[in-house]
Amino acid sequence: MYDQLLYGIEAAINGLMTGVMYSLVALGFVLIFKASGIFNYAQGVMALFAALTLVGIQSGQVPFAHLINALFGTKVHHFGWTLPAVAAILLTIGVMILFAWLVERYLLKHLVNQEPIILFMATIGLAYFMEGVGDLMWGAEIKKIDLPIPQGINETIDSLTYDWFGYGFYIDNLDITASIIAIFLVISLTIFSQYSTTGRALRAVADDHQAALSVGISLRSIWVIVWGLAGFIALVAGVMWGAKSGVQSSLSLITLKALPVLMLGGFTSIPGAIIGGMIIGMGEKVFEFVVSSSWFGDAMGFTMNATENWFAYVLALIFLVFRPQGLFGEKIIERV
Amino acid sequence: MKFTKLASFALAAVIGASPVLADLEFPSISYRTGPFGANGAEVADGWADYMTLLNERDGGVGGVRINAVECETGFNAEKTVECYEATKGDGALVYAPLSTAATYQLIPRVTADGIPLHSMGYGRTSVANGDVFSQVFNFPANYWNAASVIVNHLLDINDGSLEGKTIALAYHNSAFGKEPIPTLEALGEMHGFDLTLLPIDSPGQEQKSQWLQIRREKPDYVVIWGWGVMNQVAIQEAANIRYPMENFIGVWWSGSDNDVIPSGMSSDGYKAVTFHAVGTDFPVFDDIQKYVTDAGLSAGTGANVGTILYNRGLYQAALLTESVRVAQEMHGVADITAAMMRDGMENLVINDEVMGAIGLAGFGPSFEVSCENHGGPGLGAIQQWDATAQSWSLITEFSGSDMSVIQPLIDADSSAYAAENNIESQCN
Repeated sequence: MYDQLLYGIEAAINGLMTGVMYSLVALGFVLIFKASGIFNYAQGVMALFAALTLVGIQSGQVPFAHLINALFGTKVHHFGWTLPAVAAILLTIGVMILFAWLVERYLLKHLVNQEPIILFMATIGLAYFMEGVGDLMWGAEIKKIDLPIPQGINETIDSLTYDWFGYGFYIDNLDITASIIAIFLVISLTIFSQYSTTGRALRAVADDHQAALSVGISLRSIWVIVWGLAGFIALVAGVMWGAKSGVQSSLSLITLKALPVLMLGGFTSIPGAIIGGMIIGMGEKVFEFVVSSSWFGDAMGFTMNATENWFAYVLALIFLVFRPQGLFGEKIIERV
Repeated sequence: MKFTKLASFALAAVIGASPVLADLEFPSISYRTGPFGANGAEVADGWADYMTLLNERDGGVGGVRINAVECETGFNAEKTVECYEATKGDGALVYAPLSTAATYQLIPRVTADGIPLHSMGYGRTSVANGDVFSQVFNFPANYWNAASVIVNHLLDINDGSLEGKTIALAYHNSAFGKEPIPTLEALGEMHGFDLTLLPIDSPGQEQKSQWLQIRREKPDYVVIWGWGVMNQVAIQEAANIRYPMENFIGVWWSGSDNDVIPSGMSSDGYKAVTFHAVGTDFPVFDDIQKYVTDAGLSAGTGANVGTILYNRGLYQAALLTESVRVAQEMHGVADITAAMMRDGMENLVINDEVMGAIGLAGFGPSFEVSCENHGGPGLGAIQQWDATAQSWSLITEFSGSDMSVIQPLIDADSSAYAAENNIESQCN
């Protein structure tokens, strides 16, 4: 029983860490929703696109090489150089800001004051468009992220917990790194959102496009800023998830992991994304641990596996019943 | 003037009435996009490049050129059915959807339409029973052969006994992933090993719970039955918990270059079962370089040539075009139909002579297909990844699987299908 308790604690801690990874994706959603009232379906694809761009730039890949070769009969693939990680990251951020500008210029500008569902549909189109452009630009093959991100079991925690409990806990260095980054992001974004002039302007735009315009807030600038920020967060999420699996098309599906986090934490709360992620992560891991264990099987006569995907949504729905706006979301009261 | 006009009409009519050889239609149901696009592109490249090679070097097969038009599915079973319906009327000779889910959907359709389907190493395993599944083939090996070959390899490295050993099966939580379970359970009873089942939901980006369980329970071996991102994450997670890679073995859909490269040196020693050879040390690749790559006719960038999945696509294209040759000889016509193609597949004989003639000597085992046996001999070998050399190598010969366990499973499943669908014996 003591062993099972330790295993359960290990599952819970890993769940918390995994939840932070989910939060990295959810943060991008929150930022755009908070600042513009748009549920950005393309956030997962943005993570994929950002990670593809980072790897492509760093490895000196020629963008659209396949297209160029097909059109002009050339055989270009790489420039022949590789960039230092920092330079590649900065250039990728630049690309994501350019992307934000293009989204504002050619998509959002034409949808000012439209119904939220119209904006949502526009982001669905954007997601599919970006997925295609990403493939065309950088190729569909799986790419390895070449950044010095620590990965694998944390030896210190393993040996310390072994000394204390007789069982070494497994904590992935990647998850620890992600947690540190997520905490830094949450603090920075909260301060930015609550205390800076631009942050307050973001919130004003989210409340009412027309009203924000009437008091002199440049809607277009705000949208470029917020989509640029979301692009940066997408880069972080893409890198952290890409480090686990390589950068590939399926990276865009991490969106599915962010949705229950948003439902639980609220669409407008930056800390809510983190707390929500941790609750979802811990909840699904502990539930999986319990229902797949032999003692659960002995007691109930059956066991369950692969529960994480659906249990995360069940957990989020339970919270929704009691707090429809999510744990930290703003309760919207519209007076007639 | 009038005579000249009449003569022209007559000549045109004669030309029109002359037998003109149509192309051999090989629709390529592929997926270069979507969550499994990286794998799908390599298979599609191998398939397409081999077809291009035959067209450019030999003028097709038996003097008839091949038309291998791709239809993109994004690994969507419904879209695969749409591709099938859209192309079958063009005289399609055979389909190979590269998806177990899509194969299940296409089996009743191809059976009704009389067009053969080749699910090489995937799909519904019991289609190996040609007495029930007249239009469907899965030679040279199927999932259950793969499970058995893996167990045989484990027996070999354990002095012939797995008594008291534990094997964990980490599988894609789908029809595909569940295929080997009956075989492994039966083999577990036979050889005395315990089997732990670890389902992983698609796509498989998050597997922490399963690998924590593996770390706790320390199974002697982990067998993985995955596709796409599930494989890359599993290999990385195995490395993270320091699970010995040489004890980690994948099905052939979990043993591609794409699966091992993202985790770098950590994947060194990882194994997988295969039904064909690895690498480019075969004459056919010289011809592909000359007639396809250098000619700028590659289906992709040319970078995939020689990867595991490229080779698999190429191997399948080779087996099917050899079936065309058999069909042409059987029926005495070059321009064959789908029904003739089916006959060609059912009478296919692959031996050293045939493989040598197409530049693939030793690439795969010798086998014969028959009316009763659409699954071939079920031979497999074990390949191992060398992360330093960035290459796979075969570490065993091709050897057989335990048909005393597999054949009853094939018979039971196919009999149930025959009963459900009122299918009479096709071979008597």
